[in-house]
Amino acid sequence: MNNDVFKLGGHEFTSRFILGSGKYSLDLIDAAVKHAKAQIITLALRRANSETDNILDYIPKDVTLLPNTSGARTADEAVRIARLAKACGCGNFVKVEIMRDTKYLLPDNTETIKATEILANEGFVVMPYMYPDLNVARDLANAGASCIMPLAAPIGSNKGLATRDFIKILIDEIDLPIIVDAGIGRPSQACEAMEMGCAAVMANTAIATAGNIPQMAEAFGKAIEAGRTAYLAGLGRVLDSGAAASSPLTGFLAD
Amino acid sequence: MEQINPEIKNKVIAAYNSYNLDKYTEKDVINALKADILTPDDFGALLSPTALPFLEQMAKRAREKKRQFFGDNVYIFTPIYISNYCENYCIYCGFNCHNKIRRAKLDYNAIEKEMQAISKTGLEEILILTGESRNMSDVEYIGKACEIARKYFKMVGIEVYPMNSDEYAYLHKCGADYVTVFQETYNSDKYETLHLAGHKRIFPYRIEAQERALIGGMRGVAFAALLGLDDFRKDAFATGMHAYLLQKKYPHAEISISCPRLRPIINNDKINPKDVHERQLLQIMCAYRMFLPFANITISTRERAGFRDNVINICATKISAGVSTGIGGHTDEAEQGDDQFEIADTRTVDEVLKAICEQGLQPVMNDYVYV
Repeated sequence: MNNDVFKLGGHEFTSRFILGSGKYSLDLIDAAVKHAKAQIITLALRRANSETDNILDYIPKDVTLLPNTSGARTADEAVRIARLAKACGCGNFVKVEIMRDTKYLLPDNTETIKATEILANEGFVVMPYMYPDLNVARDLANAGASCIMPLAAPIGSNKGLATRDFIKILIDEIDLPIIVDAGIGRPSQACEAMEMGCAAVMANTAIATAGNIPQMAEAFGKAIEAGRTAYLAGLGRVLDSGAAASSPLTGFLAD
Repeated sequence: MEQINPEIKNKVIAAYNSYNLDKYTEKDVINALKADILTPDDFGALLSPTALPFLEQMAKRAREKKRQFFGDNVYIFTPIYISNYCENYCIYCGFNCHNKIRRAKLDYNAIEKEMQAISKTGLEEILILTGESRNMSDVEYIGKACEIARKYFKMVGIEVYPMNSDEYAYLHKCGADYVTVFQETYNSDKYETLHLAGHKRIFPYRIEAQERALIGGMRGVAFAALLGLDDFRKDAFATGMHAYLLQKKYPHAEISISCPRLRPIINNDKINPKDVHERQLLQIMCAYRMFLPFANITISTRERAGFRDNVINICATKISAGVSTGIGGHTDEAEQGDDQFEIADTRTVDEVLKAICEQGLQPVMNDYVYV
């Protein structure tokens, strides 16, 4: 496990938990770093844009910033926000999120492909948030994405792996890290995503709205580690029905 | 006056006319409380008198929704009144053209000084208001005020007279991205009896203002009925439906709802059983939160501090602070024009920030980038 590093955009991380940006608070960032051991924290540029309430002030210097393009409704807007983030000294990682829907906040896959291509060509480490669709994931990979970030369920819903089967297809077909983003509501769901073979899990609401934020952060950290270990160990098979004797029935055969 | 496709307007008016607040049973209310995604009929049930005894359950459910969509975030802003000249005769409004008050209009220098003073309090979002006079506050004047505002604030909204989409597009270019228009009441007959003169008399032009703003490229629009002018339940239903239908047609639009009310007169219940007390106001706000969980809900300084502090923990997401409704009330210089209405919560920005933090909530000065 000690050699199990998570590689992304030329960086190596030992943690596979990424803190999302939706419901920031000082307590949440502190808990994510101390108790969930987060090494990547998403940063909504529109929040970092504040002079009196700058989220950047809350984030430890040894944590990698992942600015996102929230607020963008088109590829063009996402590109402008990403460039602004870079100019503000937020590094070259960018999570592309483009939403033309304020009700369900579903990502616009078509615009996301366009923005990914432009930003990847400019040297950004592009992490696109998307609705899990295999054809789109292939296009994103071809456009230069560094990973694919499919949603598990509507953002903020805590509904878990509602798109489980489609995420499994992405894991099977796409040769990039698959990072589940949005909808994970419980540590057990984060664990399952990792068991499936996801490279990392992003969460925010599940921890931000927990009764005890540090405890829930710790639970997520442990669940993600457990899921990763289980994935590396190789899960035992699951039978649809009946049972299998652990001693082989054919063990009596002599030659 | 610009004509646009009347589909939304017609649907909103039809929704207002068809809302039967007496048809709902307790079972309807319970079903609405259980629903994950509410239908317009669920929303109607939660606004009905039958739902009032369920207020505690409504508050709990609204709080869950608020936390799901906004976490602990509470957004802070302040209004700035730059002119109180008005050509309308709205019988309930302090700015109306027949009211003998001190009229004033800030010049650009005074606007800049006011905005400088406000920005020093740490605020990053501002809402520019004028009385409704095209003659005294023309679009160019408002545009210049927006340009000045962009120097000091990250987020600029306007609450001015309704205008055409090309004028909204111009103001958007000047830096404004949010437009608030209070419909006052969705009852067109009552509307006519309350608005006796001026452009505001033209009900259809006002009701389509938000759509024209979106056509003009604005990012967000805000809605409100002045609760208590007419049947507040019907007006709240129409307000919610207006926002719902417009967001459905323009899914990228950011939606906000304000909840101003006429305060009840003490011991007036027998004369007007439809007064909006705090219980009714909270009922409406919780119904808005459940029906439109993604929308911002703003709580006005018309309400007392104790009410405001509690509703930001239940359903409201936006609160104003350091408010003056007069013209030029933010600098040391004397106020030039009289106030539109008296406010009940006179706390400074720092005091409101402290109150938010004391509840374990997260004050947010800005969550927006102009692109």
